[in-house]
Amino acid sequence: MLELKNLTWRLPSGEKIVDDISYKATQKLIVITGPNGGGKTTLAKLIAGVEAPDSGRILLDGEDITDLDITQRAQKGVAYAFQQPVRFKGLTVRDLLILAAGEHMKETSLCELLGKVGLCAEEYIDREMSTALSGGEAKRIEIATVLARKAKLSVFDEPEAGIDLWSFSKLVETFEDIRNNTDGTLVVISHQERILSIADEIIVVANGKIRTAGPREEILPALLKGEYTCSCPRRNGGVCQ
Amino acid sequence: MSDIMDINFNAVTGDLLKMISDYDGTEFKGAYNIRQDSECAGRKSSENVSIEPKTDNPGIVITVKPGTKGETVFIPACVTHSNVDDLVYNDFYIGEGADVVIVAGCGVHSDGEETARHNGIHRFFLAKDSKVLYKEKHVGTGTGTGLKKIDPVTDCYLEENSRLEMDTIQLGGVDRSTRNTSAVLGKNAKIIVRERIMTDNEEVAITNFKVKLDGEDSGADLVSRSVAKGNSHQEFYSLVEGNNRCTGHSACDAILAENGTVDAQPALNASHVDAALIHEAAIGKIAGEQLMKLRTLGLTEEEAEAKIIEGFLK
Repeated sequence: MLELKNLTWRLPSGEKIVDDISYKATQKLIVITGPNGGGKTTLAKLIAGVEAPDSGRILLDGEDITDLDITQRAQKGVAYAFQQPVRFKGLTVRDLLILAAGEHMKETSLCELLGKVGLCAEEYIDREMSTALSGGEAKRIEIATVLARKAKLSVFDEPEAGIDLWSFSKLVETFEDIRNNTDGTLVVISHQERILSIADEIIVVANGKIRTAGPREEILPALLKGEYTCSCPRRNGGVCQ
Repeated sequence: MSDIMDINFNAVTGDLLKMISDYDGTEFKGAYNIRQDSECAGRKSSENVSIEPKTDNPGIVITVKPGTKGETVFIPACVTHSNVDDLVYNDFYIGEGADVVIVAGCGVHSDGEETARHNGIHRFFLAKDSKVLYKEKHVGTGTGTGLKKIDPVTDCYLEENSRLEMDTIQLGGVDRSTRNTSAVLGKNAKIIVRERIMTDNEEVAITNFKVKLDGEDSGADLVSRSVAKGNSHQEFYSLVEGNNRCTGHSACDAILAENGTVDAQPALNASHVDAALIHEAAIGKIAGEQLMKLRTLGLTEEEAEAKIIEGFLK
């Protein structure tokens, strides 16, 4: 399980983006949400090792992984899906999935994996992960590379961004399936109600701090109520003024 | 010495052939001509493909009968020691409606101090409705201090509705290479060129493409991908001329590593209002985010770099 202890990260200007965050995961599907610019993506990057904290510690199953680099963390079982998929000239979808799995994959496994993100293997498996793919296609392949890893801890940064409704439904099912049928922990940064509604635990991050955290049943109703206030300042008692 | 009928080449050539021409150590399946140190080391024609020596210059004339389908022609050339300056003229006449593969690799080996050079001047004449896949792989081997040089010249003449696909690859070991490729295209003819080059140490590789799109609805697609490592240097020049209603695209993508340098100058020349021409050139080191992505999959930085280059030049 993941544990964060007094994690802090600053911009070069000194502004705190992640401000003394401490958290211990006890559940399998944790959704981090909160306003834009609140520090969620930075927190995900700190967990994956893409950024190094200015202070604080990160523990995975009790082992301090703070000083491990990206590769070492990946080898310890941390997987990270980038918010903006990285493009490669020459590397195909097949190449990336096999690298992610760390072993040869049969066609049936590749097909099953791409199916989890709503893509047809026959159509995509030998295509380059280049700019020739649309944003939504690339995003789904990015997610598939993380699913292929079957990691101890998988971090997804806004997996819903840019993907269509049908693929999104499939993705929600896949997250539920991982939660129900594997030992891995999922940390998903999301604003989507459907992803929030399958969370075991919700963490609200704002201004670099955990504003609130707890079981979905406790957090989600208050969050949705609050969303009305945020989305429509003129709304009062269910009636627009 | 090989015990194959019609073939008589040395062990160095045998090793080079495996690298450049899909030779499996037993036989070539189809018509072939093997050139070794400026001499013929084996030649065989087939029912549909004749290979004959030229009478005016060193080299051969390859004639593919009209309508020939599915045959592969092998014409590898090897230089196996230093102090050889091989110059050869090969002409290819592809008959109407034929569809063939031509494998024309070149290997240069040198353990000495003198230069070893192969200069192959190839002319392709594609008749109406014919198709050719031309595969050309260049390698340099040996530990000698003498320069290993390969300077291919390829001039192509494509008649109506013909198609030439060139797949060329040079992945290290060749100290100097200058590749000059030109093509003149007739009505609805197409040329597709895929070039991959990797240079290292003090190697220099220069590529010149010149394509004239003279025929209506003719098309060209030239893509060069290269990696310049060590202190190596590469130059890429392309000129696509649109002289009719046509489509032309040229692209040079180069990855720089260590002190490698690349000059890229793609040029377009449109002299018809319906000529649609595009060029692209991108040069830079491997993007940090690409390395980072592969590292999140568990690769070290060195493994990630090697994998990115391998994919890029695939």
